[in-house]
Amino acid sequence: MITFQGVSKVFRSKEHITKAVDQVTLTVNKGDIYGVIGFSGAGKSTLLRLVNLLETPTEGKVIINSQEISSLSQKELRQLRRRIGMIFQNFNLFNSRTVYGNIAYPLKLAGASKQEVKARVTEMLQFVGLEDKADHYPEQLSGGQKQRVGIARALATSPDILICDEATSALDPETTGEILKLLKKVNEELNITIMLITHEMHVIRSICDRVAVMENGTVIEEGSVFELFAHPKTQTTKNFINVVQNDKLSPKLLALLRANYPGQLVRLIFKGGVTGEPVLSQFAKLFNIDFNIIYGSINELQGQLFGSLIVEIKGDEQEIQRALESLKKKVEVREVINHES
Amino acid sequence: MKVDWSTFWLRVVEATGQTITMVLFTLIFSSIFGVLIGLLLFVTRKGNILENRFVAMLLNFAINIIRPIPFIIFLVTISPFTRLIMGTTIGTAAAVFPMTIAASFVIARVVENNLVSIDPGIIEAAKAMGASPLQIIFGVLIPEALGPLILGLTFITVGLIDFSAMAGTVGGGGLGDLAMTYGYQRFDASVMLVTIVILIVLVQIAQFAGNVISRKFLRR
Repeated sequence: MITFQGVSKVFRSKEHITKAVDQVTLTVNKGDIYGVIGFSGAGKSTLLRLVNLLETPTEGKVIINSQEISSLSQKELRQLRRRIGMIFQNFNLFNSRTVYGNIAYPLKLAGASKQEVKARVTEMLQFVGLEDKADHYPEQLSGGQKQRVGIARALATSPDILICDEATSALDPETTGEILKLLKKVNEELNITIMLITHEMHVIRSICDRVAVMENGTVIEEGSVFELFAHPKTQTTKNFINVVQNDKLSPKLLALLRANYPGQLVRLIFKGGVTGEPVLSQFAKLFNIDFNIIYGSINELQGQLFGSLIVEIKGDEQEIQRALESLKKKVEVREVINHES
Repeated sequence: MKVDWSTFWLRVVEATGQTITMVLFTLIFSSIFGVLIGLLLFVTRKGNILENRFVAMLLNFAINIIRPIPFIIFLVTISPFTRLIMGTTIGTAAAVFPMTIAASFVIARVVENNLVSIDPGIIEAAKAMGASPLQIIFGVLIPEALGPLILGLTFITVGLIDFSAMAGTVGGGGLGDLAMTYGYQRFDASVMLVTIVILIVLVQIAQFAGNVISRKFLRR
């Protein structure tokens, strides 16, 4: 659906040259919700703007529906942009237009008749749940409502693709949840491919199918969200995951744990099917050891379960080693250290 | 010699009419030119939808030449052009020409300033929807800037009343002229007082109208 082939974007000013996007190659499949995560300045915002040519690539190709877009004429480009909806962190609603007027604007640009506009706006208002706000001005709306209008406006012309520029970053956690749910609905009910950028891992975890991690303009890791959480390769990815899994231990906490639990501390990572098995009690029976569960968390990722446990193992040193060897065949065993993920 | 108010009030009414005529026509014409120049200034800025360094430089240069010239000197300087275009340099109609030119460039700056204060994200959103530069200008830039723009025009209207007084002294008529000839040169304080009161009332009306209209469009 959207393919980047060795795409770079360089910004030149008198003082310096900035390579915002550096040799990015990735593909967003039709029907996916594709997330790009990175810290600010990683180049993800520029990458997103290359999709609808708000930024033109310095080198490489951006291909949408097997069409290389930088070769389009101005007119063809405007046609293309109507097939790609966009929503923004700061909503970017027209303050001088009502909610109705905001949603109607892209339809008017596309040359829709008055009846068509009315029918479509009504439909979109219903979809985002703002039927009663048609005559309000943006200033009268809450952040969440503004983003709903933004989504309705972006989808008015029935695009195939929706691109989201930090769409939930200006919202509180509860509203973020509502907007993410709405985006999921957009993806599932309207079958719209979504590419979003964010700096929040929970956004990726809640709705994305695939994810790219960006740093200094390059994609440092890419894959399914489950794979990324299960086997993070880079420290940056691990850091992002830590934020949502909340299982990074501070040195102080670790010292306290060690004082209270003198046995061997390990972290066990359960993925997919094994989360349903009573692994610990099985091993306690198989080996002459005891498990003391200190901390545990379980998350759902792309319909698969992902669990993390910190346990203290008590028993004979050799028996523990044998048990751990055997455990490693079932689950991922990590040492518990403070800088570990 | 003091004026005879039993007949002089007619002159006051006539002069008020001339002032209003000068200000109103100037406002209409300079709004049209000023908004056009202001829009052009804005869209040709660096990084904007119709970036054009040459046009931007030329317009900025023109504005910076005309604006610092004191209006009374400007008025006299361009009188050959006034004669060329209006056929005469004397009278209310002839005063509208130099006033329009001077005011257009002031309005152009006000328009540009109001446009600059529009969130660039809103323009980006319109672009992302596939709007052409013209559609952005008329569908986004003007409506978004209209509220503060009307306040700016109100401010300029008040300035135009001041301009009209100077235009009066070179044959444009109006309240300024009346105050100068009868009030100032003949030391008649009553004429001074009456014209000042009328001018204050005119300014108040203009400001009030501007506030009311702009409130209709201010949606922020």
